[in-house]
Amino acid sequence: MVVNSLAERYRADFPILDQKVNGFPLVYLDNAASTQHPNCVIDEIARYYREDHANVHRGIHALSSRSTKLYEDARARAARFLGAASADSIIFTRGTTEGINLVATSWGTAHLGPGDVILITEMEHHANLIPWQIAARRTGASLQYLAVHGDEGTIDWSDLERLLSQNRVRLLAFTHISNSLGCINPVRAICATARRHGVTTLVDAAQSAGHAPINVQELDCDFLVFSGHKCCGPTGIGILYGNPAVLDDMQPYQFGGEMISRVTYESADWKPGPHRFEAGTPHIAGAIGLNVAMDYLETIGRPAIQANDHHLGEVAYERLSRLPGIRILGPRRERAGLISFQLGATHAHDLVAYADQFGIALRGGHHCNQPLMRKLGLQATARASFYFYNTESEIDRLVEVLEAAIKYFGA
Amino acid sequence: MEIDELYQTIILDHSKRPRNFGELPPPATKGEGYNPSCGDEVVVFISQSPQGTIEQVRFTGQACAICTASTSLMTTQVKGKTVAEALGLKRTFIDFLTQDAIPATGLGNLQALAGVKKFPQRLKCATLGWHALEGALKTNVG
Ligand SMILES: Cc1ncc(COP(=O)(O)O)c(C=O)c1O
Repeated sequence: MVVNSLAERYRADFPILDQKVNGFPLVYLDNAASTQHPNCVIDEIARYYREDHANVHRGIHALSSRSTKLYEDARARAARFLGAASADSIIFTRGTTEGINLVATSWGTAHLGPGDVILITEMEHHANLIPWQIAARRTGASLQYLAVHGDEGTIDWSDLERLLSQNRVRLLAFTHISNSLGCINPVRAICATARRHGVTTLVDAAQSAGHAPINVQELDCDFLVFSGHKCCGPTGIGILYGNPAVLDDMQPYQFGGEMISRVTYESADWKPGPHRFEAGTPHIAGAIGLNVAMDYLETIGRPAIQANDHHLGEVAYERLSRLPGIRILGPRRERAGLISFQLGATHAHDLVAYADQFGIALRGGHHCNQPLMRKLGLQATARASFYFYNTESEIDRLVEVLEAAIKYFGA
Repeated sequence: MEIDELYQTIILDHSKRPRNFGELPPPATKGEGYNPSCGDEVVVFISQSPQGTIEQVRFTGQACAICTASTSLMTTQVKGKTVAEALGLKRTFIDFLTQDAIPATGLGNLQALAGVKKFPQRLKCATLGWHALEGALKTNVG
């Protein structure tokens, strides 16, 4: 089976996982917040700083041309990673959050106005919610939500057709995989419906780019964003893919060096292509590290990672659901490799602090989904999120520690 | 284990059976504490005597064990104190948790929260109720 064999083969690539925390072997289950780095990524970043660093696109000298090549190679790799036709549709950002802010500002200002509707879902991360609140306020557009139903977190996507035909929806922005529910939205069908209605789409792939095969041409989305640090890459670097037809007439997001072509004291005009959106010196080492991370993930194969995720997600669901008083969010089947839950009356922060004492890293809180948590009548949940280096025995360990926590905090 | 220093018996007791839990009707004043990192909320209600002492204190909210217990313990400590005394106790308590070698003089069973010193990420939980108290004390009646 694929299962566990991925951890058997690849876990040793991650030096950080081989340590004790509070006297116990580290069980790292906070991958939805940030994943860890394989040696190849760490080594390449160090090598770059030792041997090749200089600013990009500026110098004629050897180091600058090397770093420029490495930086642009990373762009080309990102295009292949996402199935984009050209590297010109790949913009480097600081991460998912900046990618969405860029679109909300640059695209939003030009295309939204009074009477227009921005449609998002009730399960969006704050990063894919607040920029639209602000864009709506600034342009006079209104923000509407596709409702999430029950703890399963299902969205009635069949309602999309009606919503798109009855409202002047200009943009549909939604997450591929929910970071708190672990459900997987049918991106392709959603984008196809939006396309029929001439609605621009943005896919938040923060939780999916490193977990599932992605091909933006097959998905037919207009924008897709993700963060390097959630797929074995460095923090501070991310990708915004933009459909060339949409990107071409978009105004810059920030202004300064790198993004201009001709500047006078009175005015300036912009470079074409992705460089127009990358003002200032970029995170060069971040892009180079991300290149190696994407290469690494392609070697493992995202279909294999996805199958592994589904398996770990379902195993976790089965084993955790036997705990007394547990309330699990998200679907039972067809789930991503993450599980959020509430355990009786015990507060998530107490659970997370308890698990940490046994070397288990969980996340506790609202997971940047405050409105969704409020809607579900929850304040905070604990979340365990997996990557291909996690094992079933780590899930067993989690269950064991949660059982002990029930006794510890129980009434 | 270190965790037992954080969750001392008295903390677990107050978190499961918080004292002075509930609301006070107006003209009692109220103050709110909100922790954006976890969504925890506590509301503290205060009624003062004509002499300016805290006559009654109650609280509501949903929060973690540390926050609930700390707020519950707080209510047992500030009853009968003047506003100045209660605010002084708040300062002493926070100094005790954040600075080295501050004696626990006058803190009574609030000392049970000493474990927070080793878990600085829980400081916010331990002080949320106190910030709400300050809000309630500084709200003008009527
Ligand atoms: C679904 C989703 N969207 C957006 C983000 C924000 O990503 P970043 O903080 O890397 O910008 C996250 C990260 O938690 C996420 O899970």
